[in-house]
Amino acid sequence: MARKISYKQAINEALDLEMRRDPTVIVLGEDIVGGAGAPGEIDAWGGVLGVTKGLHAKHGNRLMDTPLSESAYIGAAIGAAACGMRPVAELMFLDFMGVCFDQILNQAAKFKYMFGGKAKTPVVIRAMVGAGFRAAAQHSQMLTPMFTHVPGLKVVCPSNAYDAKGLLIQSIRDDDPVIFCEHKALYGAECDVPEESYAIPFAEANIVREGKDVTIVSYGLTVHRALDAAEKLAKSGVQAEVIDLRTLSPIDWDTVVESVENTGRLVVVDEANPRCSIASDVASYVAQNAFGALKAAPQMVTAPHTPVPFSPVLEDLYIPSADAIAAAVNKTTARALAA
Amino acid sequence: MNERIKPIVMPKWGLSMSEGKVTGWLKPAGTRVSVGDEIVEVETDKIAGVVEANEAGTLRRVIGAPDTIYPVKALIGVIADDDVPDADIDAYVAEYATHAAEEDDAQEAGPRYEFVETPAGRLRYARRGEGEPSVILIHGFGGDLDNWLFNIDALAEAGTVYALDLPGHGQSDKTVQEASLAGLSAAVTGFMDALGIASAHLVGHSMGGAVAARTALDHPDRVASVTLIGSAGLGEEINSGYTDGFVAAASRRDLKPVLEQLFHDPATVTRQLVDDLLKYKRLDGVDAALTALAAALFAGGRQSAVLAEALKATETPVLVIWGESDQVIPATHAGVLGTRARAEIISEAGHMVQMEKANRVNELMLAHIRT
Amino acid sequence: MTNNPFPLSRDQLLAAYRTMRTIRDFEERLHVEFAKGDIPGFVHLYAGEEACAAGIMMHLTDIDRIASTHRGHGHCIAKGVDVHEMMGEIYGKSTGACRGKGGSMHIADLSKGMMGANGILGAGAPLICGAGLAAKFRGDGGVGITFFGDGASNQGTVLESMNLAAIWNLPVIFVVENNGYAESTSVEYATAVDSYVDRAAGFGLPGVTVDGTDFFAVYEAAGEIVRRAREGGGPALLECKTVRFFGHFEGDAQTYKAKGENDFNRANRDCLKIFASRVTAAGVVSEAEIALVDREVASLIDAAVESAKGAPLPTPRELLTDVYVAY
Repeated sequence: MARKISYKQAINEALDLEMRRDPTVIVLGEDIVGGAGAPGEIDAWGGVLGVTKGLHAKHGNRLMDTPLSESAYIGAAIGAAACGMRPVAELMFLDFMGVCFDQILNQAAKFKYMFGGKAKTPVVIRAMVGAGFRAAAQHSQMLTPMFTHVPGLKVVCPSNAYDAKGLLIQSIRDDDPVIFCEHKALYGAECDVPEESYAIPFAEANIVREGKDVTIVSYGLTVHRALDAAEKLAKSGVQAEVIDLRTLSPIDWDTVVESVENTGRLVVVDEANPRCSIASDVASYVAQNAFGALKAAPQMVTAPHTPVPFSPVLEDLYIPSADAIAAAVNKTTARALAA
Repeated sequence: MNERIKPIVMPKWGLSMSEGKVTGWLKPAGTRVSVGDEIVEVETDKIAGVVEANEAGTLRRVIGAPDTIYPVKALIGVIADDDVPDADIDAYVAEYATHAAEEDDAQEAGPRYEFVETPAGRLRYARRGEGEPSVILIHGFGGDLDNWLFNIDALAEAGTVYALDLPGHGQSDKTVQEASLAGLSAAVTGFMDALGIASAHLVGHSMGGAVAARTALDHPDRVASVTLIGSAGLGEEINSGYTDGFVAAASRRDLKPVLEQLFHDPATVTRQLVDDLLKYKRLDGVDAALTALAAALFAGGRQSAVLAEALKATETPVLVIWGESDQVIPATHAGVLGTRARAEIISEAGHMVQMEKANRVNELMLAHIRT
Repeated sequence: MTNNPFPLSRDQLLAAYRTMRTIRDFEERLHVEFAKGDIPGFVHLYAGEEACAAGIMMHLTDIDRIASTHRGHGHCIAKGVDVHEMMGEIYGKSTGACRGKGGSMHIADLSKGMMGANGILGAGAPLICGAGLAAKFRGDGGVGITFFGDGASNQGTVLESMNLAAIWNLPVIFVVENNGYAESTSVEYATAVDSYVDRAAGFGLPGVTVDGTDFFAVYEAAGEIVRRAREGGGPALLECKTVRFFGHFEGDAQTYKAKGENDFNRANRDCLKIFASRVTAAGVVSEAEIALVDREVASLIDAAVESAKGAPLPTPRELLTDVYVAY
């Protein structure tokens, strides 16, 4: 039955259920247990933010702390996947892709194709994404577009606990490599989540709010900002439809296009930097495939083309805000937002 | 409080409903209304429905503004006879808010759902009312106890009403040990045993109707009456486009048109209704349960179990209710029991007639149970 | 019958020779065919290094996995990948081991435990740690071997993997095929230690250096290391000092080599010649038997080239298939 648990607990539960179901599922990463070889407690951390806490007691050595050696252990997870395991490797912060990207870009993503279809690589790479933690330029980026660009990879970014559990279970059962992006600012967010196992299929966007005037497309944290914007807009008579993409590769183009065909207006909200982003991708797809339905030019609300700043006053400006989203909607409707 | 002034309030359709949106008034202020007249359209996050008049009189005030959300039990309109002074009605409206707030807590105190261990697994159920007789509501294929959200409270006037989730459904265990009518019927009697219910009026919708009929045939001593709503088990035809489509649908885009076949008015199917069913269908085990049941009961678009003749031979009182525009099981099946049963075909209703025409269905069921 | 002084039976010796001869002829023939312009892209030839692949792979079965390099033809052949499929792949044909979608640098056959040649230097080391990890979880006694050259030995991936394999005690073996050149750059210039055994020691791994042109030296050292890894004794490093008869890739003028270096190597450090003279001198294998293998291999390679040339090209739909299992 459903009860309220957090995004973080939902991820923990998905790992627990899948490890129980399938003995080939192993979990590895830096400090995912914590205290390996140290004189104190085992499971001291359960991950740097406690996401995997408690799993070691249930699954023992199927959880492995790794050295700070991302190339080696991300590659090992990929190699193990090619040899019949279903590893879930935690990269901690997706920003750390810089030190292990070859294994993801040139190995995991390519095996199936360059080996003529004879390989499969069912690996999941979990990592935190997003700003808002005052963690500055190297621990805060929304690097999703770097991965959606790569054929062979799947990219997932849930916005709530229900989706986090169902999408992680699907990611683990999926036979392709999946980059599972966890927005660190959502870890505490709770919603109703069934106790049972369930898998949410990929490429199925969620319409989180229905509206007839404008389509706001987003994913991750900014889905909530878009909903805030939609509430404000409703007060001035603008009914915004808010679409949570949930998976960025594959992506549910049909739901986006169908919605824009109904509303005639598109605003895409993306916490990534603007160039070659999810926002620009969605805007260009809609322009190409639903141009006739558009009543106004699509608008993008993204982070600026800058690194993530540290100082809270700057970081708060960096993340797309509800006001910025509402302002973009008003550009498409040419109607002023009531004060 | 002037007792000649009757409130129209935001209804509470099911335990999870906390607010609803007035989408439009079907009767303008000043209209004379009779009991059962459709007055105002309301949409919840789960379903769109119509509020019917519970009292006769004149619609004196239209308070709920279209496209506005009101909490459950908020006053959205007033019915009173023409001779009630306007001043009294204004005073009634002004006073109403505080009056409503006082009642709130008591009703929320009970648990939303309960669970019971049975030989068929752990089953979820809801219970309303108290005392004899017992009434058990059995949902259809792919349904759950919330299919009775417009009925369970109304029936509680008659006694203790139970609505259960069959195995493989709702929040009950997803393993269907025996995918057959007999297996589901055993789950119902097992449920009765576990809760100490010696005998009950069984109300079944669709596949649940066939389960109720099967139970009445096998355990006549435990079944006081059966009510068959848009029921399976009365003829061979069934819309395989619905049953197969429901099993196969994995996305909102696939499922919505399938669900629209359930209702006379397809607009009844809200996004939330579709999402809730998808959430259910995604649970591990559900696909296997539904696939097994569909294969056992509806393979090739034919119902494998037709119980009409057997039912005619029993003495169990039978009420048959059908929505005239049922697209899943044809309303012609309503007449197959002939004089053996009371059959009511309700216009402007589809397969989910107990939701679409809840007041009428509740009236019929209460009368049936009470005789 | 004469006494056999070798650790292998006559049949095994002939099999080892056949493997090395197949690699040599495969590579020599590619050198010729590539110059004709029929082979797309680029190829990196393994000729000269055959004893390394053959000496190690004779200890392995299909449950053991190898991660190869851009210079991977020899590893493929020694691990049992079909020569016709390899040739088809190199010609970019639909009959290729990867249906023409991988090419020379990405030949793989997971059913044979061959996890792929690899165009990224040093990328195989983390992957083979994963193979070792999988073998350890399965408890099937499988080992993983990653090959890399003296060039890739300086990649962080290799060094990180040695540490990871050591702390997890993985059944993984790091094989440095030191042919003296990283593309055009000498090992003396690019590698700070004189011996890879010293580098292994830095990660707590046992290491051995052998003459990679001596099949028997490779075979015996590898046997000990593989047995140890299989029994749970953990990872090790094997350095094979070897020679590369051709350039880094076909078309490389090799002006960075010393004058006469290739000729000297072919005359004095040819692992096939060394092997043949030892086994025939000992009287275990006859020259006629060697000559028979040579003829059989020559006709195998002829047939492989013929069939590759005549094989169908991939159809346009192949462009879009095999990106995902499901998308």
